[in-house]
Amino acid sequence: MRLMDDTSVEVINVSRRAFLGTMSAVGLVLAVGCSPRTGTADPPKYGADSMPHGAVDNPLVFVAIGTDGVVTIICHRAEMGQGVRTSLPMVVADELEADWQRVRVQQAPADEERFGNQDTDGSRSVRHFFAPMRRCGAAARTMLEQAAATQWGVPIEEVAAVNHEVVHAGTNRRLGYGQLATAASRLPVPTDETLRLKAPSQFRYIGKGEVRLVDGPDMVTGRAIYGIDSVLDDMLYAVVARPPVYGGKVVSYDASATLKVPNVVRVIEIPGTPPPSEFQPLGGVAVIARNTWAAIKGREALKITWQDGPNAAYDSTTYRAALEQSARAPGEVVRNQGDVAAAMSSAARRVQAEYYIPHMAQTPMEPPAATARIVDGRCEVWTATQAAQATRDRVSKRLGLPFDHVTVHVTLLGGGFGRKSKPDYVVEAALLSQAMNGTPVKVTWTREDDVQHGYYHTVSVEHLEAGLDAAGKPVAWLHRSVAPSIRSIFGPDPQHEAPFERGMGLVNVPFGIPNLRVENPAAEAHARIGWYRSVSNIPHAFAIQSFVAELAAAAGRDPKDYLLELIGPAQRIDPRTMSDSWNYTESPTLYPFDTGRLRRVIETVAKQADWGRKLPAGQGLGIAGHYSFVTYVAAVVQVAVNAKGELSIPRVDVALDCGPQVNPERVRSQIEGACVMGVGNALSSQITFKAGRVEQSNFNNYEVARINVAPRDIRVHLIASDFDVPLGGVGEPGVPPIAPALCNAIFAATGKRIRSLPIRDQLGASQPPANASTS
Amino acid sequence: MQLEVNGQMQNLDAQPDMPLLWVLRDSLHMTGTKFGCGMALCGACTVHVDGQPVRSCITQVSTVAGKKITTIEAMSADAVGRRVQAAWIELGVPQCGYCQSGQIMSATALLKQKPQPNDADIDSAMSGNICRCGTYPRIRAAIKRAAGAGSS
Repeated sequence: MRLMDDTSVEVINVSRRAFLGTMSAVGLVLAVGCSPRTGTADPPKYGADSMPHGAVDNPLVFVAIGTDGVVTIICHRAEMGQGVRTSLPMVVADELEADWQRVRVQQAPADEERFGNQDTDGSRSVRHFFAPMRRCGAAARTMLEQAAATQWGVPIEEVAAVNHEVVHAGTNRRLGYGQLATAASRLPVPTDETLRLKAPSQFRYIGKGEVRLVDGPDMVTGRAIYGIDSVLDDMLYAVVARPPVYGGKVVSYDASATLKVPNVVRVIEIPGTPPPSEFQPLGGVAVIARNTWAAIKGREALKITWQDGPNAAYDSTTYRAALEQSARAPGEVVRNQGDVAAAMSSAARRVQAEYYIPHMAQTPMEPPAATARIVDGRCEVWTATQAAQATRDRVSKRLGLPFDHVTVHVTLLGGGFGRKSKPDYVVEAALLSQAMNGTPVKVTWTREDDVQHGYYHTVSVEHLEAGLDAAGKPVAWLHRSVAPSIRSIFGPDPQHEAPFERGMGLVNVPFGIPNLRVENPAAEAHARIGWYRSVSNIPHAFAIQSFVAELAAAAGRDPKDYLLELIGPAQRIDPRTMSDSWNYTESPTLYPFDTGRLRRVIETVAKQADWGRKLPAGQGLGIAGHYSFVTYVAAVVQVAVNAKGELSIPRVDVALDCGPQVNPERVRSQIEGACVMGVGNALSSQITFKAGRVEQSNFNNYEVARINVAPRDIRVHLIASDFDVPLGGVGEPGVPPIAPALCNAIFAATGKRIRSLPIRDQLGASQPPANASTS
Repeated sequence: MQLEVNGQMQNLDAQPDMPLLWVLRDSLHMTGTKFGCGMALCGACTVHVDGQPVRSCITQVSTVAGKKITTIEAMSADAVGRRVQAAWIELGVPQCGYCQSGQIMSATALLKQKPQPNDADIDSAMSGNICRCGTYPRIRAAIKRAAGAGSS
């Protein structure tokens, strides 16, 4: 990657206040200056290069060193629990030979031309920015070394940066980073070719997992500031009554009672955006008040007549029947090899199953919220967003302001899970501030707003058929996946899964089956469909990994052995040969589908979980393995189901191969959390529609995992890897194998096969149990 | 109306039925106490009233006048709270961190009532606090560590 070759870097000696605008001034240093990347034409771009604005590795953009020696490192990706504000700055600090105790982390505002891509999604942050951040730190280190060498009049080869100072070994002279900062800032940034990166054996922080979370102390003391916590002088508070049906609109409203509610200031209609509404507000009626509570009370007093629009008949029960009907007839062929029809008809045995996965809502604990103000034609917003640049873009376009007149301050995110990739709530705040002549307005979504007006995980029926030979080995595989596409929010409903959705485990099945066909019949979208952590891998992995266990049962084989045999010997498969042109935007040669690595996580987790061990009656083990976000994961779930049908999960083992682990401690925490979320998805979470309206409203009827149903013991087994292996994703790949491993365990424990999620009362008792004690 | 929050008297002009949560957040700008559901379903808004854990989102402010309200902002000044916070840091409990104010308030209240809680006690005291990031295994371990009972 050569990103900065022909940039003219401007070195400015500025105060740290000018560096990002919010720090107290002390002397200061490596400062701001960067230029847009210039694209050279035009082989296919992969990795960070495939994303808008790519990667930037310029230390003048990311590193400031004060004359007091304090090193400030910019994090340009959003922190939503994955630990990125620790992990990426830690990479810079390591190559910089900085003492972590003297490092501060500063959050970048939305500015991709300056910082590179900021879309915090797709499990990409460390994967795409590990290498650029290493170069960034190494370049800054080189500048400090050069400054010291110049001052001492010795060749740079004779000096070395060690723990926040530069040392001349021959004479034992030393200069601290603070002493060198000003001189270093006047030096040219070394070119990438001249950089000396550390050998992994020299890493101080990378790969160790010993650096504590930079935001941890604030998070446990209530000082951490999330989007919903913004406070501005004279700020007003808003909630919005939105159309109960996607595509609906306000016909008329009566705000007279609302305006009598104490502390209500004004009622403002927000125009809607007919489908496809992309990241724009749904519209509705906003109540502006002097506090959130008054706005909520005012909203309750509104009398609104809605027109429901084209999705008024959306009903999850009838829709499921339509999906099933669609899945039972041939559809668009998205992968085909051999002759499935012939092989099916000559198979010794045929097995067929259908799986259903409902809509779900991300429900981050911090609901969507944003604060906006407009002063002199310039809009500033403070918000928790995964999509800083898109937020800035949509706000500027909707307000009719130049892009440069919009500033997006990115706060901590109280969870994201894909919801906060869609900045509709920020546009709402900006529109309301505009309507209030620029007065600061904070829009808060209540939990009911979040559950009922979201961007939902798709809903899908997965229809699978296999033909087995006399030995029980599959000779034919047919998979029909039917699910409304995320693309439906961006344009006319394509009614088919996009390449990125198909590439999430639908077409890229690495099984050595000679006759294999994947079809994608049509499905219409009637709600806003959006990314939900792990996205289409959830239904695809659930169906495929359940079906493999069903085939093993049909063949009378051990599910783990059967799965490994289906995967076959270790090989590196070009994803394009499996009709996957997407490959998580990574190079198919750098990131082939390595079945050896998939085998290894399955074998590892089986060994660690003592697969095959004897368990008491009512208990069982289930296994599943899945490749997603260019990472390999396998899970073994141990389940216990009592006579009443109440389920508990004493233990889960997860093995993960994501290549090298930059911050293994945060990798573990992500995998633990993914396991818990996977359990909640499987046990109880579902969004259903009736008459176009979401039937759930809050955590009483949209149920997510709580501590009493979470696995009691989650053991994460990381596969060690050299740092020359390309990095995989971490945030999302832990979720998909959990639901199938759990349902496979239930089958082992009870003989009952769960094909429809959530599990809820399918075992005879409600899940989660009302007040379970799993001890 | 007067309210005693973290040992300080606060003079307020609030509607009596306004939930304590919004008084803390919008009137006093004490944003450590979080909004998560508004119906006492998620625990993000947990504070202590006279030492008892209470969901501030459904607690009308008029009902806590004259009582001692303690929020996450004061936990560092509380011996048990400090132990809980330290355990949270040592075990790397937080992910996004948003629910952790409420988790810490519930955990601290539990440990004050039961200094050596078992797993069933933890389930019972903590199942009202949702963490969407799924930090539950570490929360359980951190409570045990704060209790001095190890993290088995």
